[in-house]
Amino acid sequence: MGRSGRKTESFSLLAYLAFACVMLAVFVLCVSVGSVSVPFSETVSLVAGALKGNAAPSTSSASIILASRLPRVICVALTGAALSVCGAAMQGLLKNPLADGSTLGVSSGASLGAVIAIAFGITFPALPFAGTMVMAMIFAFASIVIILSLAYKLDYSLSTNSIILIGVIYSMFVSSLLSLILTFASDKLHNITFWTMGSLAGSSYKNALVLLAALILCGGVLLRLHRELNAFAVGEENARHIGVNVRRVRLTVLIAVSALIGVCVSIGGTIGFVGLVTPHIVRMITGPNHAKLMPACLFGGASFLMLCDLAARMIANPLQLPIGVVTSLIGAVLFIVIFYRSRRVS
Amino acid sequence: MRMLEVKDLSVRYGTLDIVKNVSFSVEEGEWLMIAGPNGAGKSTVVSAIAQSVASTGDVFFCGKNVRQYRSQELARHIGVLEQNHAVNYAFSVREVVGLGRYAYSSGIFAGKSDADDDAVEQALALTGLEALADKSVLKLSGGELQRVFLAQIFAQDPDLLILDEPTNHLDLVYQKQVFSLIEEWRKEPSRAVISVVHDLSLALAYGSTAVLMDRGEAVAFGPVQEVLNADHLDAAYGMDVKAWMQSLLKQWENI
Repeated sequence: MGRSGRKTESFSLLAYLAFACVMLAVFVLCVSVGSVSVPFSETVSLVAGALKGNAAPSTSSASIILASRLPRVICVALTGAALSVCGAAMQGLLKNPLADGSTLGVSSGASLGAVIAIAFGITFPALPFAGTMVMAMIFAFASIVIILSLAYKLDYSLSTNSIILIGVIYSMFVSSLLSLILTFASDKLHNITFWTMGSLAGSSYKNALVLLAALILCGGVLLRLHRELNAFAVGEENARHIGVNVRRVRLTVLIAVSALIGVCVSIGGTIGFVGLVTPHIVRMITGPNHAKLMPACLFGGASFLMLCDLAARMIANPLQLPIGVVTSLIGAVLFIVIFYRSRRVS
Repeated sequence: MRMLEVKDLSVRYGTLDIVKNVSFSVEEGEWLMIAGPNGAGKSTVVSAIAQSVASTGDVFFCGKNVRQYRSQELARHIGVLEQNHAVNYAFSVREVVGLGRYAYSSGIFAGKSDADDDAVEQALALTGLEALADKSVLKLSGGELQRVFLAQIFAQDPDLLILDEPTNHLDLVYQKQVFSLIEEWRKEPSRAVISVVHDLSLALAYGSTAVLMDRGEAVAFGPVQEVLNADHLDAAYGMDVKAWMQSLLKQWENI
C-alpha cells in the first residue's frame, strides 16, 4: 500500500533490490575487467575504501580503478539509464515503438548545439561553466519541436513512417552541418567520431555528478509521469478524453527528455540506439505499463550500456572502439526487426 | 436541467468549413442522436465538444464554458468514446479500463484507490470483459476492443456520455447489448447521452432528441420523431429514406 491507502502500480521493494543487485554485479564486472584485469575482490575493496573516504593506495591497480575506470563506468551507467528512460518516455508519448533520441535526430541536434558552443566559444553569463551543455539542451529541444512539427504537417497521426522519415532527413542535415563546422574548427573540438559515435573514455567524477543531478531531476519528472505516459501510449485523443492535460504533459516530457539528452551528449557525444533497444528488451519482461517500464529502464539501461562499453573496450583490445559502434550494431539489427514486425502488423 | 449547450459551433480545416454555426442543447435524462450522411460533420461536432479540434463558438456544460474546466474536472463530467481505436502496446484490458480512473487521481504522486479498483471491476463486469481482463489488448477483435473502451468510459463515470458510432465493429448481439447498457446507464439521475449514429432505426428506437446534419450544418434539431421525418431525411440524404428502410424491413416478412 502506498500513501493514504492508495496502491502503487510499480514494483515491490524486493524487485527493486533484485534489479539493483544485477546492476551492481554488472558494475563490478565492468570496473574489474579491462586491458589490465584486476581481481573482483581487490576491485570491491578499492571501491569500498574510496566510498569510506580512505586514502587510495599507491598501486597501479588503485590508480587504474579509481582514477580511470570507476568514473568512466559510473558515467556509462548514468548515461545508459538516462538515455533509456528518455527512449521509453518518447516511445510512450508518441505511441511509437521506434521513437528514440537517435532515430528522431534529437541526439544529432544536441551534438550540433554542443559543437556550435565550442567552435564559436558561446557561453552564458549566468552559467559560464555550462555553455556547451545548455546549447546541447536548447538544440535538442529545438530538434524535437522541428521534427514533430514537420511530421505533424506531413501526417497528423504521427505515424511511425512519417517520424522516421523526417528524423532520418533531419539527422542527415544536422550531420552535414556538424561535419562542416568540424572541418573549419577541428583544432577546438573532439574529432567527428566522438560526436557521431560517442565516447565516455576520460570521464571524470565531475561529469558523473552532473549526469546524476540531471538524471534525478529530469528522470524523476519522467518517472512521475508514468500514468500520463500510459495514457499517451494508448492514444493521445484517449488521453485527452480521460482528463490528461495533453499539452502540458507533452511539453513537460519534451523538455525533460531534451535536457537529459543534452547533458548526455555534451559529456559523452552521440551514443545511438540505447534509448531504442533498452525499452524494447525491458518491455518484454515488464510489459508496457510505464509504472514498471520506466524504473526498470533505469537499471536495464545502465546495465546494457555498461556491458556495451565493456565490449567496446575488450573486443579489439588494446584498441578501444567507440561505444556507439557497439550500441549501433545491436540497435540497427533490432530496429530492422521492429520495423519489419510493425509493417507486417499494419 | 440543461446539461450541455452548443452555440454557433464552427470548425474550419484550412479554407474548408467542416462545421458551420451548429447549435443544439441536451437536457438531463436525454439521449441526443446526431445523424446525417457521410461527410456531414457529425464526428467533427463531437471532436469540437470534446476540445479535440480547434473550433469557434461556445460549448457550455452545466452553464460553464468547457474551456474553463480543468482537464480532469471536465473528464469527470464528460466521457468520450471514439469511433476507432488502434493500440500499439500490449497493455492488458484491465490496465486500459483502469485509465478511465485518471480523472479521479489527485496529484502526480497518487496511486490507485480501492474505489478505483471497484469501479474498474464493475465496468469490466458490465461490459462482459471479466474473462478477458488480463488479456493483451493487441490480441482482441475490433468488437472486443470497442467494448474495452466502453468499459473505460463506464469506469470514468461521467455525467454526459458522448459516443461516436458506439456500435462500430460490433455484431448484432453486442449492438443490442451496448445500446441496452447505455439506455440503463442513462436512466440514473443527472445523466445524458449524445451519440453519432448512422443507423436511423437505432436513432429512432433509443433517441429522445436528434440533430440532423448536412454539409456541416444542423438542418434540424428537436424531438427525434420530428427531426427524422421523411422530408428532412430525403433532403439530407437525397433519396427516399423511408421507402428504402421499409423495403429492407419487408425482406423479413417471408423468413
